[in-house]
Amino acid sequence: MGTFINLFSYDFFLHAFWASLFSAISCGLIGTYIVSRRIVFISGGITHASFGGIGIGYFLGLNPLLGAAVFSVLSALGIQFFTQKGKLREDSSIAIWWSLGMAVGIIFIYLSPGYAPNLMSYLFGSILTVSTGEIWLMAALSMVLIVFFLIMYRTILYVAFNEEFAKATGLPVNRINYLLISLIAITIVLNIRVVGIILILSLLTVPQATANLFTNDFKRMMLLSVVFAFLGSFSGLLISFFADIPSGASIIFTLVILFGLMKWISIILIKRQKATIP
Amino acid sequence: MKKLVEIKNLSVGYDDEIVLKEVDLEIHENDFLGMIGPNGGGKTTLIKALLGLVKPYEGKIIFHIPAAKIGYLPQINQIDKRFPIRVLDVVRSGKADGQHFSLFKDKRAEIERAEALLQEMGVIHLRNKAIGELSGGQMQRVFLCRSLMNNPELLILDEPDSFVDNHFENELYGKLKELNKRMAIVLVSHDVGTITYYVKTIACVNTHLHYHPDNMISSEQLASYNCPLQIITHGDIPHTVLKLHDKEDQHGHVH
Repeated sequence: MGTFINLFSYDFFLHAFWASLFSAISCGLIGTYIVSRRIVFISGGITHASFGGIGIGYFLGLNPLLGAAVFSVLSALGIQFFTQKGKLREDSSIAIWWSLGMAVGIIFIYLSPGYAPNLMSYLFGSILTVSTGEIWLMAALSMVLIVFFLIMYRTILYVAFNEEFAKATGLPVNRINYLLISLIAITIVLNIRVVGIILILSLLTVPQATANLFTNDFKRMMLLSVVFAFLGSFSGLLISFFADIPSGASIIFTLVILFGLMKWISIILIKRQKATIP
Repeated sequence: MKKLVEIKNLSVGYDDEIVLKEVDLEIHENDFLGMIGPNGGGKTTLIKALLGLVKPYEGKIIFHIPAAKIGYLPQINQIDKRFPIRVLDVVRSGKADGQHFSLFKDKRAEIERAEALLQEMGVIHLRNKAIGELSGGQMQRVFLCRSLMNNPELLILDEPDSFVDNHFENELYGKLKELNKRMAIVLVSHDVGTITYYVKTIACVNTHLHYHPDNMISSEQLASYNCPLQIITHGDIPHTVLKLHDKEDQHGHVH
């Protein structure tokens, strides 16, 4: 226990703690929307498209995350636009953005002079090297999301549940869709440093699947997702620290183990419930 | 009689394909209009035009009532049954009040209204259930509650009789008859034989619209309206088989 408390006296560990908290908040909230709306694949497309921005960032000597932000928001709006217009099959459109982004990223990294430092940390995450500036950005995003979901809760819920009906009742469906897809893109980019491009989908889906075991209410699912995301990523962080394995992978592994454990508990709970009802 | 909606020379199309052509229709208060026609004939598109969800290509729709006074029950296959939402929230989503910032809404009156409707439809005990836990009939009741949230003057139902059992079907139509005392109803259905029991007038939609100012309609009349549906006359047979549907299954009707 002594060593555990001591960990918090290290700057890098404190950073990692805050990073896992804010990533749990942002991914927990946004992920619930993604899972409920069944747009996991769209989110995968946005995530991988952002790699193009990382490549260009390297090439131009800018912060790769800035490039990723531009790319992911643009691809998000692009996918939403094509989907709404319906000229192109949605899944095909997603695949195009997905692979185009990866291709652009690889080309520009290849063209960049010298060795690309930290490339692996963008692909697989590195929560222990998250900078103070990045933590402030993640904190700001978490605040924005909390306020947004708090004041627009019903509008978001109704649009997500039944878009056409929401349109008929006069809700600003398109504006909500574009706003949310942009927030998804920003959430993805700011969490790339935590678990990486390849693994981020799990932070947006596994805690939500775990939460869904216990509730069928959108609001509660958001809250529980944040809790499970934090439990998973913080214990994953500890495991990665003590076992000396990559943090991104360790977090995902912990999240999935947590899901398995909770599934088992929920089965027991359901059995008990049935047993009490004669 | 008060006119609620007038459709004048309406044409609607997607891309280059014309789905509805030169449609004229008036809906008055206390109307009970059954809308029939083959799959892909434009029934759902006409409803979407009435709800302002698709833009007319030509012609216009004149509304004499505010948009919020049109209640809508969409086809049930439009709904994601695994979406994490509870029955009470589904019903409340029918409230159209132009307030998008839910935090500052007056919730009490809205909840009371939703609960009163659930009570009226006999599904109040389901108020905290997730929508996916409900049977087809229960779900339709909940969606009917949702469509009634704004006290509509015109209620539009898009195939409320699909995926429900006969028992509920009869109950639903009985309920609609009762509601018809308070509001006009447009009912889209595949089930020509059954709905003619309840509706007052019929509209056959197959690209063009033919209005039939009576609830009795013969196969010959249907044929003359270019609306090739088979009629089994008013009787005990619960389901009319439509010629055009013989080879299709029940799923994925897209209009």
